[in-house]
Amino acid sequence: MEQTQHHSPKHHIIGFIWSLLLTFAALWVTLKAPIPVGLRLTIIVILAIFQFVVQLVYFMHISEGDSKVFQIINLLYGIFVAVATVAGSIWIMLYNTM
Amino acid sequence: MSSLFSFKMPEHGFFVTGEPMIYMADVLIVLVTLGIIFVLTYFKKWRWLWDEWLTTVDHKRIGIMYIISALLMLFRGGVDALLMRTQLAWPGLNFLNAQHYDEIFTTHGTIMILFMAMPFIVGLMNVAVPLQIGARDVAFPELNAVSFWLFFAGAMLFNISFVIGGSPDAGWTSYTPLAGNELDPGPGENYYLLGLQIAGIGTLMTGINFLVTIIKMRAPGMTLMKMPLFTWSTLITSVIIIFAFPVLTVALALLTIDRLFGAHFFTVTAGGMPMMWANLFWIWGHPEVYIVILPAFGIFSEVISTFARKRLFGYRAMVYSMVAISALSFIVWLHHFFTMGQGPWINSFFGVSTMLIAIPTGVKVFNWLLTLHKGRIEFTQPMLWALAFIPSFLIGGVTGVMLAAVPADYQYHNSYFLISHFHYVLIGGTVFGCFAGLTYWWPKMFGHKLDERLGKWAFWVFNIGFHLCFIPMYLVGLQGMTRRIYTYPAETGWGPINMVETIGAFIMGIGFLIFCYCVYYSARFGERDVTGDAWDGRTLEWSLSSPAPHYNFAHIPKVEALDAWWHMKKEKGKKKEKPEPYKPIHMPNNTGMPIVMSAFMFVAGFGFVFEWYLLAIGGLIGVLLCMLWRSFNDYDSHHYVSVEEIKKHEMAS
Amino acid sequence: MAAISEKATSSGPLEYSTEEGSLKIFGFWIFLGAEIVLFATLFATYLVLHGQTAGGPTSKELFEVRDFMIETLLLLTSSFTCGLAVLEMRKGNKKGYMAWMAITLLLGLGFLGMEIREFVTYVSEGAGLSRSAFLSGFFILVGTHGAHVSLGVLWILCVMAQIAKRGFTPMTARKAFITGLYWHFLDVVWIFIFTAVYLTGVVT
Repeated sequence: MEQTQHHSPKHHIIGFIWSLLLTFAALWVTLKAPIPVGLRLTIIVILAIFQFVVQLVYFMHISEGDSKVFQIINLLYGIFVAVATVAGSIWIMLYNTM
Repeated sequence: MSSLFSFKMPEHGFFVTGEPMIYMADVLIVLVTLGIIFVLTYFKKWRWLWDEWLTTVDHKRIGIMYIISALLMLFRGGVDALLMRTQLAWPGLNFLNAQHYDEIFTTHGTIMILFMAMPFIVGLMNVAVPLQIGARDVAFPELNAVSFWLFFAGAMLFNISFVIGGSPDAGWTSYTPLAGNELDPGPGENYYLLGLQIAGIGTLMTGINFLVTIIKMRAPGMTLMKMPLFTWSTLITSVIIIFAFPVLTVALALLTIDRLFGAHFFTVTAGGMPMMWANLFWIWGHPEVYIVILPAFGIFSEVISTFARKRLFGYRAMVYSMVAISALSFIVWLHHFFTMGQGPWINSFFGVSTMLIAIPTGVKVFNWLLTLHKGRIEFTQPMLWALAFIPSFLIGGVTGVMLAAVPADYQYHNSYFLISHFHYVLIGGTVFGCFAGLTYWWPKMFGHKLDERLGKWAFWVFNIGFHLCFIPMYLVGLQGMTRRIYTYPAETGWGPINMVETIGAFIMGIGFLIFCYCVYYSARFGERDVTGDAWDGRTLEWSLSSPAPHYNFAHIPKVEALDAWWHMKKEKGKKKEKPEPYKPIHMPNNTGMPIVMSAFMFVAGFGFVFEWYLLAIGGLIGVLLCMLWRSFNDYDSHHYVSVEEIKKHEMAS
Repeated sequence: MAAISEKATSSGPLEYSTEEGSLKIFGFWIFLGAEIVLFATLFATYLVLHGQTAGGPTSKELFEVRDFMIETLLLLTSSFTCGLAVLEMRKGNKKGYMAWMAITLLLGLGFLGMEIREFVTYVSEGAGLSRSAFLSGFFILVGTHGAHVSLGVLWILCVMAQIAKRGFTPMTARKAFITGLYWHFLDVVWIFIFTAVYLTGVVT
């Protein structure tokens, strides 16, 4: 089933449309949305995460190969360390008042 | 940034001058180099060296080269340690001046962690892991050679600093702004940055290589929960390497860019944040501690189970506790700088997460003890190292929890209490683990055992020296002696304690020398290992002849249980199987690309160290060309081992 | 790769058909995990230093919405065409692969051109690497991504040359697939640069 799916460009076109929609949505939220800045930033980060998932699923075929479970665990672990690094650094360096 | 074509000299000249000890080192380096060249030429061994070793992609040989390098670095780092202990033996000595002392504690720390502990551990992984999982090599043998040679290039680059250009002197943590260009110009710190960078890239590749090997190349039937614990610890370590080393790569690159190209990441001016360096360094640095200790845990598990003649107690708990440690290792880094001035919330969070690590570690200690319980214990050399590890690590661990208590840390931090704590975990854990692993797998590597009597002498002397050196450090630390001071006044009253420490350090040195003699003696007279199963072992490496043939397994074994080889030995009498016919084995060719590419990397690194950009760019182009060459020429890089050759090997053993 | 039989598994794409191919693709996924952390560290540094402008230009003053939107769309489209190229590769259509991949590279070069122009503009306005910590963080984060893209262009050219010579074999197909993964990954990183650097930069 997966096989036939990947043999048609439809799958990729859907992915491309999604990524365009998400990009312009992020732009609109940033420039035009009538909401506070903090909320705008939160929304665009969420949109970026969706965009990430779109790339993984539609273009990168994350669910292929005979080790896909480990591929996904590896990715999640990477994201865990990435979040710890970014959030931890910001917390430590910018919110470090007594 | 100077121009592309300028080859400016460092302020103090190209060669380091003015120290009699350094001149002696110069002479020694020249003599040893000439000696090696003479021996190789006289015995016509150049061809052999190139074909059999320098271009090899065999994981067992790469492992041996890692271990030889690690022992050399242990010697270098050990000499540094003894020089420091001599200077501190008595108040007010001037054996080393302040600058020289700074340089030596910097190189001691950096070499011991990055160029001794890491390659030792990686070497043992190379020697044992593919054999333990029933594989014929690692997943990417050529990449494995690249890893080794990059490590070697990085180590050499770092090591030449003390005779060419000057050593780094800002501590192994290289904190900014002290390590920045304003306060510490010149090649010294550049050596640190480039040496670690090159070796670190090699380490990252090792992590990827071993993760893929273990996930994808296990013998049929070996499920994850039937893997030997050393393999498990290697798997977890690989995961930590993969996610921690990129942080080091970036941190080193940023400081290099600061120093060479005038950026402002860690500077005091233009909005830079010097403390950001400490933050990034320890995001890598703390996981690094687990990278060097977890494989040691794996080794102790193998050794204790083998010589207690029992299955390891609590196998699953051992695995889960390592998984827990790997995740926790990424959220505790701030405990290395509690006193940097964060608010109580941040310190509390990291204090608690640090203490949490004691739980899985405690689980492991109890499991080792319960494995020993009612075992038929054999006090061989590897077992002695493993048994000595438990109390040492306990002392190191408990003092670690004391340091994790934030308010108390304000008292302990930066003192000899801390120094003793991390030496107790790193020597008592990692170094003891390396020696346990080395003596345990020695027969597998070389086909003979290490002499028991001499080995035990080395063990006891080293151990007595170790405790004599480091127990007093806790005391003198609590009395207020801070780290990284090159001398102290007599009124402090620290003199006698320091003298005891220095005596202990020299006894450790004697222990190391006895070990070296033991290696020589055993090579000539040691008990030959004819069975391949020197210790009546439990895991698959002992099912092979010693040393193992280059293709490892003529038939890939079928695994039915944990401790697969033990299980096979027990089942042997019950069922008789017809031996299957041999089939040709597909193996990778040797290649000179890794060493050539690493040589270019060394040249590039040297160019950046001296800010000779033409040289640096030339080196980088060389590296790129090697990669391009490889991309176009990897289509027939394999050969088949014929059935006749396999038969010849298998008959001989 | 060592000592691995070259047995082809019955079904599935060509690039996974040998054990070597499957090992290398898996290994590359693991490498991408490391790349995530590499870029995360650069993001952490940039975000921490974002306000440290030292009296120099701020992100709000520098970033042009039109320019970074064009860069984003170029890279997004190239990721799409790269996906189509791999699709053609799986159909065994060499011409189709070459055509889509050439378009991908052109889009990539267009992106690089835009980025270089952006950098040159900033430097000529006195907003270079050494002006402030914020700009150091900006140039190194965005520049590291740009360096990855440049390397990707070079790498893909090499793989295309090999496919032109040898056609699709398990080995060349694996190389094509891995370069594809790399290209998509660079798009993912750009999405986060787009969000955390440019969009965030124009509002705060």
